[in-house]
Amino acid sequence: MPREGLTGSRIRERRGVVGFKQAELARKIGISASYLNLIEHNRRRIGGKLLLNIARVLGVEPSMLTEGAEVALIATLREAALDAGLPPSDAEYAEDFAGRFPGWAEAMARTHRRIAALERTIETLTDRLAHDPQLAASVHELLTTAAAIRATAAILAEEPDISDEWRNRFHANINDDSRRLADSSKALVAYLDDDQGGSDAASSPQEEVEAFLSANDYSFPELEAGEASIDDMIDAAGDGKDGGPLRSVAARHIARGVLDRVVRDAAQVPMSRLCDALGGAPPDPAALSRSFDAPVPMILRRLASVPGLAAGLVVCDRSGSLIFRRPLPGFDIPRFGACCPLWPLFAVLGHPGQVMHDRVAQLGRGQAEFDTYAASGTVGNPVYNAAPLVQATMLILPRPASEGAAAGDVLRVGSTCRVCPRDGCPGRREPSILSEGF
Amino acid sequence: MGKHVLLVEDELNIVEAMRFLLSRDGWRVEAHSDGASAVEVIRGTRPDLVVLDVMLPGKSGFDILGELREDATTADLPVLMLTARGQARDRDMAEKAGVSRFMTKPFSNTEVLNAVRDLMRG
Repeated sequence: MPREGLTGSRIRERRGVVGFKQAELARKIGISASYLNLIEHNRRRIGGKLLLNIARVLGVEPSMLTEGAEVALIATLREAALDAGLPPSDAEYAEDFAGRFPGWAEAMARTHRRIAALERTIETLTDRLAHDPQLAASVHELLTTAAAIRATAAILAEEPDISDEWRNRFHANINDDSRRLADSSKALVAYLDDDQGGSDAASSPQEEVEAFLSANDYSFPELEAGEASIDDMIDAAGDGKDGGPLRSVAARHIARGVLDRVVRDAAQVPMSRLCDALGGAPPDPAALSRSFDAPVPMILRRLASVPGLAAGLVVCDRSGSLIFRRPLPGFDIPRFGACCPLWPLFAVLGHPGQVMHDRVAQLGRGQAEFDTYAASGTVGNPVYNAAPLVQATMLILPRPASEGAAAGDVLRVGSTCRVCPRDGCPGRREPSILSEGF
Repeated sequence: MGKHVLLVEDELNIVEAMRFLLSRDGWRVEAHSDGASAVEVIRGTRPDLVVLDVMLPGKSGFDILGELREDATTADLPVLMLTARGQARDRDMAEKAGVSRFMTKPFSNTEVLNAVRDLMRG
């Protein structure tokens, strides 16, 4: 059935949403309930004044009834059918299916999208499965439930003469499994959130340090004020004392380097003076660099610790490996694997002294916008006839929603290639599972 | 009466979908959800083909498969392993244990049906 021929189905669905009984709507638009019934079952064409009246009573634009919001739905159903192995000729029945069973079509599309999102999560986590039995069990539960939904949904889609008894049973099964999938997903997200907050699941020295920094909210006022020493901080968090996160020698070594830099940064850019200089205005790292006579990367590190800015920070070495990450909501910083090469962080790597200021949005992450400032600087002492070692630093500041979308250009970047939907990106290292399938 | 397939699977809604699919294809379908007693049930019911999950209560599908292959009466029994554990090492373990066919979840119904038919054509 052509899409415009499904106007009746859309009227029926919208009536259900609004909560009108068929007779009630018929009365309001001045036709008989039996005629409305024919319209709703796509057995009578509708247009003109009658369509306008129905749209007015149902509170929608007439085009919503004639064209609907079904284009995306039908595309998703086609995709689901092809993913399920149906031939393209069968996938063309998606439109008909959406017209005859709009509720179930929407449920199937939602399930398909949900499965796609879960598959993406699973791919991201694959590297960890061998090391984390709890995560492995959780993912197994998700996959098993997804398998049950997919097998059942495919039967409903592919078997035209299924009996009412089987159909009802399968609908109930999909309902149960969808609920189970939602619960399992929430449990998995909660588990991963706990992990990010710093837990016993840290599996590398870098993660131990991140857990330590996170537990301190990336802020060490006692250290900055000289009321505690680096050794005090390391001892309090290390060697397994009270379940301290710095369990390994390597983690304590890295943490010592981070804290040492905090002390040096704080000596040159004290937090109280920095807050006074900001005075509640948006940060201007270049101006602050001049004011404090401090390198821009140091200013960026200090700004990341300013209370209330809710900033994120990433630092990479000359190889492009992240050596420091302070996450922030809405901007995905990969825990494993390489980051998107389009980040301004990498643009400044070969250009010490250059400061990049960009408006950035991450593809596929809700498109929240951020202000980023990136700069690099040399590390270590100068050596004759050798390229200097550099580190790049990028400060990530959330833009308040009240400011709306940026008027100028926004740099669209990804998180990591594996989960980036961008087509034709010259920086792509590997195919995305979003386009290549699971 | 068609050929007899035994589903050893503890996920009931997967069993229900598989039961529907295979019954329609002419199979006599039985199901069993406990790993610990699966080998005993297989020996007792003597199916023509077993669809075997890996993560089962009581005993893993790998162990069940190993026991079947060690028993002369079930050494050649076609076994389709259907599992959410699709990593390379799981596939290797299944092949070393003597699996006839290995498929990962989520699966396509058509692929499962084709695999079952292929295994019976032998």
